[in-house]
Amino acid sequence: MKRGRREALTAYLFLTPQAIGFVLFVLIPLISVVIMSFTDTDLLTNESKPVGWDNYVEIFTGDPAFWQSLAVTGIFALGLVVINVGLSLALALALNRRPRGAGFFLTLAFLAVVTSQAAWAIVWRFLLQGEGGAVNGLLDLIGLAGPNWLHEAQPSLAAVTVVAALKTVGLKAVIFLAALRNIPPGVIEAARLDGASEGRITRHIVLPMISPTTLVVIVITLIGSFQVFDYVQLMTHGGPSHATSVLAFYIYEQGFELFRSGYASALAIVLFGLTLVLVAIQWWARKKWVHE
Amino acid sequence: MGARVIYLLLVVLVAPLVFPFLWMVSSAFKQPSEIFAFPPSLLPESPTWNNIVEVFTFQPFARQIYNSLYIALVVALATCALSLLSGYAFARLRFPGKNLIFLVLLSALMLPTEVTLIPNFLMIRDMGLADTHVPLLAIPTFGAIGVTGIFLMRQFLQGIPRELEEAAMIDGIGRLGILWHIVLPLTRPILSTIGIVSFLASWNSFLEPLVFLNRNELFTVPLALSTYTDTSGNPIWNLQLAATAVSTVPILIAYLLARRHITDSLAHAGLK
Repeated sequence: MKRGRREALTAYLFLTPQAIGFVLFVLIPLISVVIMSFTDTDLLTNESKPVGWDNYVEIFTGDPAFWQSLAVTGIFALGLVVINVGLSLALALALNRRPRGAGFFLTLAFLAVVTSQAAWAIVWRFLLQGEGGAVNGLLDLIGLAGPNWLHEAQPSLAAVTVVAALKTVGLKAVIFLAALRNIPPGVIEAARLDGASEGRITRHIVLPMISPTTLVVIVITLIGSFQVFDYVQLMTHGGPSHATSVLAFYIYEQGFELFRSGYASALAIVLFGLTLVLVAIQWWARKKWVHE
Repeated sequence: MGARVIYLLLVVLVAPLVFPFLWMVSSAFKQPSEIFAFPPSLLPESPTWNNIVEVFTFQPFARQIYNSLYIALVVALATCALSLLSGYAFARLRFPGKNLIFLVLLSALMLPTEVTLIPNFLMIRDMGLADTHVPLLAIPTFGAIGVTGIFLMRQFLQGIPRELEEAAMIDGIGRLGILWHIVLPLTRPILSTIGIVSFLASWNSFLEPLVFLNRNELFTVPLALSTYTDTSGNPIWNLQLAATAVSTVPILIAYLLARRHITDSLAHAGLK
C-alpha cells in the first residue's frame, strides 16, 4: 500500500512539468475559446461583451463567406487526399518493384518533405505566375496557354491543393512502402504461379492487404488538411475573393486581421467540431474494418 | 510491367517534387532582369552572387536563421526531456487517474493550433510576452508536439522488457536514478525520433511566428522569407528565391547526412 502511494507520487511528480504547461497553453485556452465564442471581443482593445449565441447565428445564417470557406475546405481536403494518397501509393508501388536506384528516387521525393511549407509555397508561387511563370512556360512548350494560376478563382484553388498535396508525397510513400514490405511474399508468389497478371495481383491482393494502412493515411491526411494555413497565406492570401479561403485561414483573417476575436473563436469551435466528427468517423471505420 | 515503365513512372512522379528545387537554386543566381525572361531558362546566363549577398543585408537574415536554429533546438531538447518523464510515468507507473489524464493529453493531437491561438495570443500578450520567443518555445513543447513525444515514448517503453529496471530497483536505486542510468540509454532511438520530429516541426512553423512576432530581428526563417517584399508588399523575387534557397541548405545537408534516420523517424511519427 505504502509502495503504491509512493509510486503514484513519483508519477505525479514526473508529470507535473508537462501538466503545468498543458493546462496553461492548451486546456485553459480551449476553455477560453468556448467562452469567447459567446462574446464580441476586440483583439486590439480587449473590450468584450457577452452576446449569447449571436456569433453562431451569424456563422450559420448571415455569413456567406463562412459557407464559402466550408466549401473551399471540403474541396481542398478531398482534392488533397485523392492527389496525395494516389501519388504516394503509385510511388510506393513503383519503388516496391525494387528497381535499381530506388533509394535515389525516394531521397529526391523526400527533399520536399524536409523543406518548410513556407519555402515550398514561395517557390511554387513563383513558378505559378501567370506571365513568365515556369509552369506556364512548360505548358507553352506543348502549345497550351495556362491561366494566371493564383489570380483566378478555380485555378487558384486547384493550384494550392496540388502544391499542398505534392509536399508530403515522399512521406506517405515511405509509410505505404513499409506496409507493402510486410506482405508475406508467399501470397504473391502463389498468385503468380496461378498465372495472375501483375495488374490483377496489385488490385486483388496487394491493395486489399494494405488497406488498413491506406485508411490510416487517408485519415491523417484528411485531419491534417483541416489545419492547412501556410500555403493559403503565402500563395494567395485566401484570394481571389475568398476562392482559396479555407476555414483555418478564415479564422486567422477574422481574428488577426479584422480583430473579431469573439467571432473567430466561434469559427474555431466549428473547425474543432468538424475535426472531432472526422475522428469519430475514423474510429467507427477502424472498428468496422477490424471486424470484417 | 517492364523496368522502363517503372522508371518512366518514377520520373513522372518525382519530377514535380524536384523541379521546384532546381528552379529555386538557379533563380537564386540569376540577374533580376533574367528571372522573368521568356521563355524561362533553367540555367542562369551570367551567374551572380549578388542576390545571396543582398539576402543578408536586406534584413538580419543571419540572425533570423540563428533564431530558428536555437528555438528548434530548445523545443527538441525540452520535448525529449518532458516526454521521457511523462512517457515513463504512463508506461511504467501505476497511479489513479492514469487513463483519464492520458486521454486528456491525447485530445491535443486532434486540436488544430488555430483553435486555441486567439486565447493563447491574448494570454501571452497580457503576460507581456508577445513579440518574444517564449510562445514559440512553449506552445509546441506543451501542445501537439510535446504530446506526440509522450505518446511515442510510452509506446516505445511498453515494447521493451522492464527486467533491467526491476533489477536496479532491487539494488535500491531510486526512480530518478533508474530514469537516468537505465531508461535514458535504452530509449535513445525513440529520443532521436522525437528530437528530429519536434526540431523540424518548430523549424518549419509559420503561423505562430506570424501571429506573435513584430520585430524583424526576432523573426524566424519561414516568416523572414515572406518579408522580402517591396513597399507595396509584392515579392522581390530574386531576393525571396535566394533567401528560400539559403534557408533550405542546412536542412538538406542534415537530411543527406542522416537520410535513413530522418526518413524512418518522420514516417514513424507520421503514423502515430
